[in-house]
Amino acid sequence: MKVLADRNVCIGAGMCVMTDDEVFDQDDDGAVLLRRDQVPEDHRQRVREAVNLCPSGALSLSED
Amino acid sequence: MHKFVNPFGMPAYLITRHDDIRSVLADHARFSNRRPPGFLAPVAAAMDIAEQNRFQAGNLLALDPPEHQRLRRLLTTEFTVRRMTQLQPRIVEIVEQHLDAMEAAGSPAELVSAFALPIPSLVICELLGVPYRDREEFQQRTARQLDFAIPVAERLALQRAGRRYMEALVRGARSEPGQDMLGMLVRDHGDELSDDELVGIAGLLLLAGHETTANMLALGTLALLVHPEQLAAVRDDPALAPAAVEELLRYLSIVQTAIPRFTTTEVEIAGTHIPAGELVVLSLPSGNRDTGFVEAPDTLDVTRGAPGHLAFGHGVHHCLGAPLARMEMRIAFPALLRRFPRLALAKPFPDVRFRVFHFIYGVHSLEVRW
Repeated sequence: MKVLADRNVCIGAGMCVMTDDEVFDQDDDGAVLLRRDQVPEDHRQRVREAVNLCPSGALSLSED
Repeated sequence: MHKFVNPFGMPAYLITRHDDIRSVLADHARFSNRRPPGFLAPVAAAMDIAEQNRFQAGNLLALDPPEHQRLRRLLTTEFTVRRMTQLQPRIVEIVEQHLDAMEAAGSPAELVSAFALPIPSLVICELLGVPYRDREEFQQRTARQLDFAIPVAERLALQRAGRRYMEALVRGARSEPGQDMLGMLVRDHGDELSDDELVGIAGLLLLAGHETTANMLALGTLALLVHPEQLAAVRDDPALAPAAVEELLRYLSIVQTAIPRFTTTEVEIAGTHIPAGELVVLSLPSGNRDTGFVEAPDTLDVTRGAPGHLAFGHGVHHCLGAPLARMEMRIAFPALLRRFPRLALAKPFPDVRFRVFHFIYGVHSLEVRW
């Protein structure tokens, strides 16, 4: 599973970092950064939650 | 979904389900913030066009992308999760100082003026660069500005006075930018922002920083006091604070007034057809108490911690200050309950006066003893 982040759509709410700070980070302006894009097995549930919680719809998942 | 006519005679569609509210808030292209002609808010209707435009500048809540994104981006830097971690020690200090003062003055105390209001007020003042010594003036103004029981003419006068106050602070920051947020905005973005935008941004943050967390702290304490087993759980288990804060946000949903959006095209929500140019209003409290979202929604369960609630909104206008509000509450609730483990209402529950006509729900005052 791969997570994708659209930094142009991101509003810097930080919900993803709050949900899983080992996968998500923010730059100094608050926009999302991915610490890794391949999601390890034990992070899948939290990353799914982060994608669902993201207010701006900047995050998505792909199964590759 | 209910179609109705609001008190101003406008037909509107009320959206109450969690998922429908989320879809509308996420879809700013089809559900816009921009009011079509003839849909003026009562306070705006009392101004001429030039003043309306000046009041609109920098008001993030009234803008749509891409304009909204341009302004919001300048501010998010002050509300990142990392920035909140830096602020944490200062917030702890502010909370402890207020608890010390309460303890020194002795039981009973009025919780809004001793704790719930001054903590977020001091935090937002320091962050923004607003002199805390002026608090009496702006605390009164922010509380009354959003009170619908106050006549439109008076609310307009309060808004104008608030802008004059902010204009003076913006002038000060332009000539001598400090280490606070106003100083940062002037230093890093002074050329891209007009004075009206700076006044609008700072005014909105001051208002939002006061009225939200302050009411959550007072109302949240009341909710815990009337659910003693929940209170004991929050007091005795420090790890429970984040989940408890999310549950109090969901359960209390203090933005009690319906949020308006305008359809830009024909849409269908929950099987109902809505033409273009119609007013759609969203009830966040009802979305947060939807059985489709959580089980037994009328039960306060501090272990639930469902962060998908709508208390901070959703979509591009999701509360900018949410990370700060969460931090303040995660620190303040447990600190209060641990300092005064026998905290109780000093007057019976039916005597508590609620802010029923206010944009933000809360209590006028809360007498507590320990």
